[in-house]
Amino acid sequence: MAGLIANTDLLQQILTGFVRDEVRKVGVKKVVLGLSGGIDSALVAFIAAQALGAENVHAICMPYKSSNPESEAHARLVAQACGINFTVVPITPMVDAYFEMFPQADNMRRGNKMARERMTILFDHSALYSALVLGTSNKTELLLGYGTLFGDMASALNPIGDLYKSHVWQLSEAMGVPSEVIEKKPSADLWAGQTDEEELGFSYRQVDELLYQMVDLRLTRDELIAAGFAPEFIDSIYQKVQNSHFKRRMPVIAKVSNRTIDRDFRYSRDWGK
Amino acid sequence: MDFTAILAQIKPKLGCVADNLALIEEHIQQAISAKADLIVFPELALTGYFLKDLVPEVARRLDSPEISRLVELSRNISIAVGIVEETDDYRFFNSALYLEDGAIRHLHRKVYLPTYGLFDEQRYLARGERFRAFDTRFGRMALLICEDMWHLSSSYILAMDGATTLLCLSSSPGRGVEGDSLGSAAAWQQLTSTTALFLNCRVLYCNRVGYEDGVNFWGGSEYVAPSGESIVRARLFDEDALAASVAEGALRRERIFSPMLRDENLFVTMQELRRIERERGQ
Repeated sequence: MAGLIANTDLLQQILTGFVRDEVRKVGVKKVVLGLSGGIDSALVAFIAAQALGAENVHAICMPYKSSNPESEAHARLVAQACGINFTVVPITPMVDAYFEMFPQADNMRRGNKMARERMTILFDHSALYSALVLGTSNKTELLLGYGTLFGDMASALNPIGDLYKSHVWQLSEAMGVPSEVIEKKPSADLWAGQTDEEELGFSYRQVDELLYQMVDLRLTRDELIAAGFAPEFIDSIYQKVQNSHFKRRMPVIAKVSNRTIDRDFRYSRDWGK
Repeated sequence: MDFTAILAQIKPKLGCVADNLALIEEHIQQAISAKADLIVFPELALTGYFLKDLVPEVARRLDSPEISRLVELSRNISIAVGIVEETDDYRFFNSALYLEDGAIRHLHRKVYLPTYGLFDEQRYLARGERFRAFDTRFGRMALLICEDMWHLSSSYILAMDGATTLLCLSSSPGRGVEGDSLGSAAAWQQLTSTTALFLNCRVLYCNRVGYEDGVNFWGGSEYVAPSGESIVRARLFDEDALAASVAEGALRRERIFSPMLRDENLFVTMQELRRIERERGQ
C-alpha cells in the first residue's frame, strides 16, 4: 500500500523540526521520555536527540519486577546508541505497595496502574529538569485505544502520534535505531511473554492497511470489503476506534455559560508562542 | 521595469503583534540595506495563523499605529504584508496590504476562507468580495491570499484586469509524506507554475514557516516566471529571505511567444458565465 510507505527524509525533517520548535518556544531546552526498550520510545529518543542535542534528552527506564530483563537492556542500548542521558527508576515498590491493598486486582488494573505510575515519574522529572514530557504513542495504538488514559497516553508533545506502526518501523530503520529493537515483536511488557499482536488478535501490518484506508482515505465499508477486508474485521476495528474515542478527547465539561472551555472558548495551545 | 523582490519567509509568533511587527521591521530594514525594491511577507504575518478566538484581539484598523508604521516604512521600499483587519462596522478580515511611497496602494480581503479539513477560517473571519488589480512602481499587480489562488477565477479575473505580477501571500500547512516531496508543496508548485503559464503572469509566492500546535508551515517561497518556470525557490521549513530578480524582458518575450492572454475572449467568457448564472437562478 503506497500510502503506508513514507518519505523518511521528509518525516525526519518535519518531526525533528516539530520537537525543536515546540520545545523551545515554551522557553525550555530539554525533554524527558520513558524508554521501554520498545521501538516507539526508541524512535522518539532518536528524534529528540537529533532535534535538541543528546545532552538535552533525559530517558527514564521504569521496569516492574515482571518486566522482561531484555527490555531494560534494549532501553540502555538505545540510550547509548543516540548518546542521551539514561536513568533507571524501578516502579515495583510503589506498585506493589498499592496492590497489597487490592490483591485481587486483575492484569488490566495492574497494567493501567503501572502505566500511570510511570507517567507520574516522567512528569516529576519534567519539573526536576525543566523539561517537557515527550509522548511515544503511535497512530495505530491511539486509534485503537491500545493505551492507558493519563498513563502512557499522557505527554506534552507527541512527535509520532500521526505515524502508523508501519511508519514507525520505516523511520526507525532510516534513523539508525538498533536492529534488535526494530526486529523484536512489539510488546507492552506487562506480563511475561505478552505480545501486542497476540493480545490484539491481528498484526500491525493488517490493521495499519485497514486504518489507513478507513481513516485517512475515508473509504466506505462497501469499498473496504471490495478492497478485500473481511466485514467482521472492518466492523470490529471500527468499533474499537469508536469506543476508544473518549481517550483521545479532553474530559467533557457540562456547559452552562456562554464561553465554555474548548467549545466556544477556543485558542491554540501555542497561544502567545 | 526590472526590480528585486525579497520573499520574507518568516516564522510569526501566534497572537504576538508587537513581536511580529519587530520581526517584519527587521526584515524590511535588511531588504532596504540590500537595495531591494519590494518585500513580500506571508499571509497573517503580523499575527500568526491558527488564531481562533484571538482574531478580535490581534485585528488592527488601517489607521492603527502598527499599520501606520508599516505605511511609513514603505517610503523606502514597497511592502506586501498580511494582517487581520478590523473595520468600522467591526468585521474582521484576513487582509493583505500593498504599501508604497508612504501610502496604502491596495487592500485585498481574502475572498476564499477555507473551512474544511484542518481549516476553520470562515468561523472567525468575514469574507472579502472583490478581486482588483492595481498599479505600482513595477507595473500592474494583484494580491491573492493563499486559498484565493486555488480558485481559477481569482487569478483569471486579476489577469484580465491587467495584472502582470500576482503576489500570493500564504500560510500553507505541510501534509502528505508519501511522495518524493511534501504533498502540499508539490501541489502548490504545480498551481503557481500552471497559473503563471496560463495567464503569462509572474507569480511571487511567499509562504511562512514554523509550527503552530504541531502543524508545520513548509515555506518554499518562490518566484515563478511567466513561462511557468520556477526561477528561485526558498528552502523548505527554514526561515529565509529569498531575493528574486524580476526581469521585465522575460515578461515581454513570453507575451510575444505565447499571446494566449491577448487572445482571451472576454466577451465569450462573460456571455457564457451570464447564461450559467441565469440558468442557475431559474
